[in-house]
Amino acid sequence: MRPIGTKNQLKAMSKDTITSGPKATTTDEFIKGLWRENPVFVQVLGMCPVLAVSNTAENALAMGLATAFVLLMSNILVSLLRDFIPKQVRIASYILIIATFVTVTDYAIQAISVELYKSLGAFISLIVVNCLILSRAEAFASKNSVGKSILDALGMGVGFTFALFCLGAVREILGNGSIFEWALFPEGFQNWIVMILPAGGFFTLAGWLLIINVIQTRKVKS
Amino acid sequence: MNTESLGSIFLNAALVNNFVLAYFLGICPFLGVSGAVKTASKMGVAVMFVMVISSMCAFGIHAFLASINAPYLQLISYIVVIASTVQLVEMFIKKMSPALFRSLGIFLPLITTNCAILGVALFQTNKGYGFIESVVYALGAGAGFTLALLLIAGLREQLNFADVPQISKGTALTLFIAGILSLCFMGFAGLGAQ
Repeated sequence: MRPIGTKNQLKAMSKDTITSGPKATTTDEFIKGLWRENPVFVQVLGMCPVLAVSNTAENALAMGLATAFVLLMSNILVSLLRDFIPKQVRIASYILIIATFVTVTDYAIQAISVELYKSLGAFISLIVVNCLILSRAEAFASKNSVGKSILDALGMGVGFTFALFCLGAVREILGNGSIFEWALFPEGFQNWIVMILPAGGFFTLAGWLLIINVIQTRKVKS
Repeated sequence: MNTESLGSIFLNAALVNNFVLAYFLGICPFLGVSGAVKTASKMGVAVMFVMVISSMCAFGIHAFLASINAPYLQLISYIVVIASTVQLVEMFIKKMSPALFRSLGIFLPLITTNCAILGVALFQTNKGYGFIESVVYALGAGAGFTLALLLIAGLREQLNFADVPQISKGTALTLFIAGILSLCFMGFAGLGAQ
């Protein structure tokens, strides 16, 4: 049985769980975030935005990109400052760095599209407390060079966006009968209203985790 | 100004718009600390306490930032206040009850990254609540969080004895239960006097 939730985060925070050996190549730092250490499906990090704004594919994509941007910028800065931040106050410093970039993103989205800003609501501000970003700062950026941290952030960011999109697409297709607001089904398709509701978020994520579990067990067997 | 009565604010935050099951805030501790009812209840009380304190501080900060015309500092100052409150609670519990301190362990400092707390601070600002309303709102949100945590911990304790398929063990099963609970809480929607 896999450890779940916060236990997982602790593991991810205390040490870089899988690829920390000297063998890890540069491309590996990027690839690992996509599948093997996917932040949502494997590490179960940063669940709040994943469930809350994945009700349409568009929202999910926007949220994923915003998070990836904050992750990238904070990873770069943390990595640059890693020799200057005293160990005792490092978590507080990381949170301050993250909060700064989130504020930037918040205002940027407001300037680009008011409509998008309204539909994402307070969840843009809540990127600050996304455990994924803090755990990458603590587990990776504070120990590695800037180049590697950028690759790591890009990989994790893309992996996170991909996972959000998987959820958002399923929920929009089933709950609204459309993808990116294009109708998919002929007249008379009964929308699964439950998928748009909060409960649908839980069910969809549980479904994806089941599918991934099946794939993993098959791999182990063969 | 908001004209909701205090009772309806409380019920709204605790049941109708439950922070965990309707807003998806605080999912991490919800999945992580919900293994046993005993730890879950203590965690709930600790979170509620931090929520009320940080909600009071957030009200003051918001008024101050509005007076010096610097709303862009809002997020940064909120998170600093929350982090320091958590630190305070940690020292307090360590001093008063070392046993409780040990049983909560590492989950205590992690309250800082509990989005429900920052959520309360942000939502009360958005809704334009006054001081008393903010405190009631934070109390309601905390009660709702504790309620959801207790419910799911009880269910998971029972499920330890159930024979479920191997692939659905762990997070997937917890999420399914959470989904069903979320459906149940939708029944409270009629209470919301909008």
